[in-house]
Amino acid sequence: MTCDPAPLSNQQPSSESERRLLDIRQQAQLNGHLKAPGVRPIGAPFPTASTETGYYGLPLLKPPQWSREIPLYFFVGGTAGAAAVVGAIAHFTGASRKLVRDARWIAAAGAILSPALLIADLGRPGRFLSMLRVFKPQSPMSIGSWTLLAFGGAASATAFAGALRERYGSSFSVSVMENAASGASIPFGLGLACYTGVLIGATAIPVWNESVGHLPMHFAASGLAAAVGGLELLGHTNNRALQALGLGAALFEFWEGIRIESRTQAELYPLKHGQSGRMTRIGSLLSGPIPTGLRIFSKFSRPRRHRWLRRSAAISSLAGSLLTRIAWLEAGRASAHDWRRPLEIPRQAKS
Amino acid sequence: MSVTAFLTDSTLCIGCKACEVACKEWNHVSEDGYDWSGYSYDNTSALGASTWRHVKFIEETPVPGLGGNASEQTSWGFSSDVCKHCEVAGCLEACPTGAIVRTEFGGVFIQPDVCNGCAYCVVACPFGVVAKNHGDGRAFKCTFCYDRQKVGLAPACATTCPTESIKFGEISQLRGEAQQRIQVLRQRGLEDATLYDATHTSVGGIHAMFIVRGDVRAYNLPPNPEVPTRYLKKGWMSAAIAAGLLLGGTVLAFLTQPATDAR
Repeated sequence: MTCDPAPLSNQQPSSESERRLLDIRQQAQLNGHLKAPGVRPIGAPFPTASTETGYYGLPLLKPPQWSREIPLYFFVGGTAGAAAVVGAIAHFTGASRKLVRDARWIAAAGAILSPALLIADLGRPGRFLSMLRVFKPQSPMSIGSWTLLAFGGAASATAFAGALRERYGSSFSVSVMENAASGASIPFGLGLACYTGVLIGATAIPVWNESVGHLPMHFAASGLAAAVGGLELLGHTNNRALQALGLGAALFEFWEGIRIESRTQAELYPLKHGQSGRMTRIGSLLSGPIPTGLRIFSKFSRPRRHRWLRRSAAISSLAGSLLTRIAWLEAGRASAHDWRRPLEIPRQAKS
Repeated sequence: MSVTAFLTDSTLCIGCKACEVACKEWNHVSEDGYDWSGYSYDNTSALGASTWRHVKFIEETPVPGLGGNASEQTSWGFSSDVCKHCEVAGCLEACPTGAIVRTEFGGVFIQPDVCNGCAYCVVACPFGVVAKNHGDGRAFKCTFCYDRQKVGLAPACATTCPTESIKFGEISQLRGEAQQRIQVLRQRGLEDATLYDATHTSVGGIHAMFIVRGDVRAYNLPPNPEVPTRYLKKGWMSAAIAAGLLLGGTVLAFLTQPATDAR
């Protein structure tokens, strides 16, 4: 299965290697001509290359060759990033201690899980270190790797400092560490929640680059909805700030779903048709209208039902957020497979 | 050290695939399967991790008088495809490890010992050239025979091409040759001969130009390839707005919540 080209330093042209190339050349000269005219079946559906069919309809672009861990990472990273922001703001505004602690643990768990998912995609732990050879501002993948690294440090330091304070009581040094780490987790958390949209938006895949102006906002809202959902499932079903954030994120996702449906660009075809289209629509429903409805309904409900409705909204948002990431990657795959877009051949009414 | 390029003249190509063979032998690239594609004599279908030169067989409805084919036969075009070695290369810009570099000859080269297999270059290439080898997880493509060029030799494919359809040389000189060749072809009645060199788009020109006949789309060449870095500004702008909304919304939500909640 391996096909490593020999390391370049070992590759030295010799008279033998040059003779071999000339041999191939001579052989091609002698045998490379096709003398028979070939068989042309009359009336048979015979593939041709043309300005209508492209090159036999073979796709020009390569589909994203990422493993299943990558959409999962988008989900985990986005949730952790948003949870860190929620945790830090809750900490600085003096919200309930339990909420702050739970948000920090979600962020820290995500910060540990994210590199593990990326390493699973790369194949070997050492390969992740190659990401840290350089810092390249023009590569969203490079910016993302560094953001994830910094976020991991900030989120785990925040959780660690919080745990220290709870165990041994507050001291000056612990509180400095807690506040500094908490503060640092805000920009890196924001970065982690938003950058994946730029990552897939700035590519050659038509459905992604057509949506580049909205993907970061879409993914950030999706991450916030998942972070709020996670916190609510941990028991914070009476917190009104979380309710407001969850409602805001759900409304944004609602609007995003309407926007996707109402735009008619040919590039967005995979978001509405086929397997990826179905996934996008179910993801939109679970992240937008359903949690919006449940949350509004919960405002006018008795406490027990209120809790139940908010838990349902939380589960719907979490499932919708995960499905949305998977759907976008599937749409990218379908988009790369569409040979017409990069060749600028309009899609026929049927087929 | 001069900046070099390929000029692949499809009007001279006989479809012998010697370039594919030479490329595989020289670079120790593995076989790419023995499947029949059903599309003319092209059974490799596309460039990939184990196909760095790829001869396309363009079977078209014949045009009598051009190319000399009788109408009951197929009009055949051959063209040897290769990594375009873009002037502004999407893969090079996207690579987070610095594994993809610009060589002193102007080519785009993936250092195999640095590549970590993140596969971001795969989706960043507007020509669909770079691919991940699922056997070892890294990305591979044409090296422009960097090792051969270093000792002053032409790439293996250009050396073996029996009809000199694959020309190799200094880039500005080849651009001039290409224009002359197109003049000659047009004088001979091949009015549809064109040069494919994406200078009009954000790719900013390529180091592997092609002379083809008719519409480039039949050759699976995109009429307007774009470097994905051009979407960065819009993307980061949206990310900044998203971050602002996320932060502002969270601050607002926690500041406005009733004191009873903030125990």
